[in-house]
Amino acid sequence: MTLAAQEREPARWVRVVAPVAVGVIMFALWVLIVDVLKIAPRALPSPFAVAGELVTHADIILEDMGITATNALIGLAAGAIVAIVAAGLAATFRPIDGMLAPLVAAIAVVPIVAITPILNTMFGASSQFGRVSIAALAAFVPVFINVLRGLRQTRPVHRDLLRASGASGSQTFRFLTLPTALPYLVTGLRVASSLAVIAALVAEYFGGPADGIGTAIAGYAKSGKAALAFAYVVGGVAIGLAFFLVTLLLEWLVTRRRPT
Amino acid sequence: MSTQDQATADLAVRATGVGKVFSTATGDVVALTDVELTVEAGEFVSLIGPSGCGKSTLLRLIADLDDASSGQLSIFGKTARQARIDQDYGIAFQQAGLLPWRTVAGNIELPLELHKVGRDARAARVAELAQLVGLSDFMDRYPDQLSGGMQQRVAIARALAEQPRLLLMDEPFGALDEMTREYLQSELARIAAETGAAVVFVTHSIPEAVFLSDRVVVMSPRPGRITDILDVPFGNERTEALRESPEYFERVTAVREALHGAPTERANER
Amino acid sequence: MSRAAASVLWGVLGVLAVMVAWELYKFLGPADGFVVGAVDGETGSGVMILPRTNDRAMPHLWEMGARLFQSTSGGSTPPLIVPVVTAALTTLGIAAVGWLIGVAVGVILGVVMQRYRLAEWGLLPWIVVSQTVPLIAFAPLLASIGSQIDRGGFPWPQWLSVAVIASYLAFFPVAVGVLRGLETPDRIHLDLMRSYASGYWSTLFRLRFPAAVPHLLPALRLAAASAVLGAVVAEVSIGMRGGIGRMLIQLAGQASSDPAAPWGPTFGSIALGLVAAGSVALLGLGLKNYRRGEATA
Repeated sequence: MTLAAQEREPARWVRVVAPVAVGVIMFALWVLIVDVLKIAPRALPSPFAVAGELVTHADIILEDMGITATNALIGLAAGAIVAIVAAGLAATFRPIDGMLAPLVAAIAVVPIVAITPILNTMFGASSQFGRVSIAALAAFVPVFINVLRGLRQTRPVHRDLLRASGASGSQTFRFLTLPTALPYLVTGLRVASSLAVIAALVAEYFGGPADGIGTAIAGYAKSGKAALAFAYVVGGVAIGLAFFLVTLLLEWLVTRRRPT
Repeated sequence: MSTQDQATADLAVRATGVGKVFSTATGDVVALTDVELTVEAGEFVSLIGPSGCGKSTLLRLIADLDDASSGQLSIFGKTARQARIDQDYGIAFQQAGLLPWRTVAGNIELPLELHKVGRDARAARVAELAQLVGLSDFMDRYPDQLSGGMQQRVAIARALAEQPRLLLMDEPFGALDEMTREYLQSELARIAAETGAAVVFVTHSIPEAVFLSDRVVVMSPRPGRITDILDVPFGNERTEALRESPEYFERVTAVREALHGAPTERANER
Repeated sequence: MSRAAASVLWGVLGVLAVMVAWELYKFLGPADGFVVGAVDGETGSGVMILPRTNDRAMPHLWEMGARLFQSTSGGSTPPLIVPVVTAALTTLGIAAVGWLIGVAVGVILGVVMQRYRLAEWGLLPWIVVSQTVPLIAFAPLLASIGSQIDRGGFPWPQWLSVAVIASYLAFFPVAVGVLRGLETPDRIHLDLMRSYASGYWSTLFRLRFPAAVPHLLPALRLAAASAVLGAVVAEVSIGMRGGIGRMLIQLAGQASSDPAAPWGPTFGSIALGLVAAGSVALLGLGLKNYRRGEATA
């Protein structure tokens, strides 16, 4: 073990305390700027005002959270399923891989929310479908890329082993390809979950029905109700964190048996 | 069945004029040419030679992991492909190749599971095999919790799972330290004797080949071919004492000279 | 045929397949879409699972193409493609500034977190959480802080607020990529540097950064895509004029009378993302010696 590595290994409890300490410091700074020194712009409310709004308007915030979270969840599920099927096809048939690769590369770098207005026209402005589709597209990319990579990760020695054992094609898939790809799938899902939430939320800003967290944040921020807008932001963060933590747990469950 | 066919069927491996050519971007590479080799049932044969001599390629052809470009190859009188489908052989590689998400027991029973052996029969066979390779106390461990030597023992147990009459081994001890290596060699000698299976064993260690084999096949590269076949008449006396006997050293020297003589011979041919 | 040419050919085929699918669906699909669970006599009820195919909802591809070369809003206004390109370039410039800020912040954070485990433990969870915060919430905040600074005598144009929001999305992949990348050097290489009595900084620049290149390039590309996304969204939420995001909203509002028009800025933003990512890919070509061990992914 090199000296440099030893230097940067503090006690284990620090691991828990450090982020908490950083959080406390950030919170203190926030209070200092807004409540003590009173030098904050009007758009930055006091954390206590935000907490107050959170309590008073808990019911409507929860309702809007439900709408955005549902959009994100349906989008995540639909995007992931399509991505898994597409990755399976791409891994099996070279031409499909050739046709999908540039499209996926393009979707990955294009601001997908830009097509929200067009989707809203196609499905009607009262439909959540546009938002769900955006979340699905956003979730599709990381799941597709990861699953396709996972399907190609089988080691030669394992392929030889199954061939030598006279395994059929479907047995090879079940005993080797699928278990190899599974950790990649859950990693893709973990990345996709945060993206789906952000996409569903940001899509609300580009029109569609007048509900959801994003619509509320934008509306209240514009009308000067900064504290209420921030209460909605907290709601949005809560959705994002919930998605992230659930998929992180899933990833941990699947990968804990695999050292690599 | 004629006596001729019967004789062929009694042979574990019979290769006549077997060759293998790989096409690469820079042209064809002759990996193996004109291989004539027979392995009797129950016989232990080692393939030895420098890298590129085609010893692993020959093993892969026997296992039907690659197709021969020319010649005839029969395993117990069948084609290599049929022998693979009938599971007439078990195989172990240099990397243990254990599936990391399966326990020791799960890895050993993999071939049984693939061939739809019932749960109880599987459990019984796995217990038997674990006993044979001395891993009974480690059945629920995962591969990452095992040492390299233990992983290799799991791989050997897995290769033996379906009681094959032929065992194919591609430098199975190549990545292990010398002590573990000698220990596993003795274990393998015992297991081979107990099961009565024929073994084709690829190695680049001369003492290992001599210690284990009934015959040592010496190979040479560019193009890969067999240059010599030496008998090692020690029967079933593969004990630690053998390692220190003069007869053993004599055989080691003979194999070494056969190996090192090969390049000079080739130079003279030209 | 070379492999590069083959992959281009397949890519073109893929795009063609999408175009064919569009026209085919438009031809075969129901004009008013397909709605499940609709209640009779109640408009807007139910869930539309297949889109409408009438010319208002789904214009023909050739109409979208032709619209680019017709005047923007009647009369003698220039063809639509001119304002689209101008707006896309404006947004690209803002995104580039945001990308630079994001990369700078990300690299500094990554280096600090790699150097001090304490910093990694303290900051990384918050960096991850920061990406779940809906950034539009910060747009009005930043705009108002900006105008306060502006009034205070230091010029703070509106686009700078947009760039800062773009950088907020861009810094994340860079920080994580740098942290992971700097950890990649092999133990033997680190021991080698140590045997040369090489200090932290020379190890950082001679070993850690070169070894991190394969991790850095995807991070920079992701940052570019995120910066473009951030810039487009921030333009909309701050209400900045001149960029592609604003134009998108504006033309979408006129979609009922001019259905092909919003496709102009849509294509513009797609091109924007591709150009931004492509520029970073060019950067990767210059660093190809550092990517020798890299598998093609």
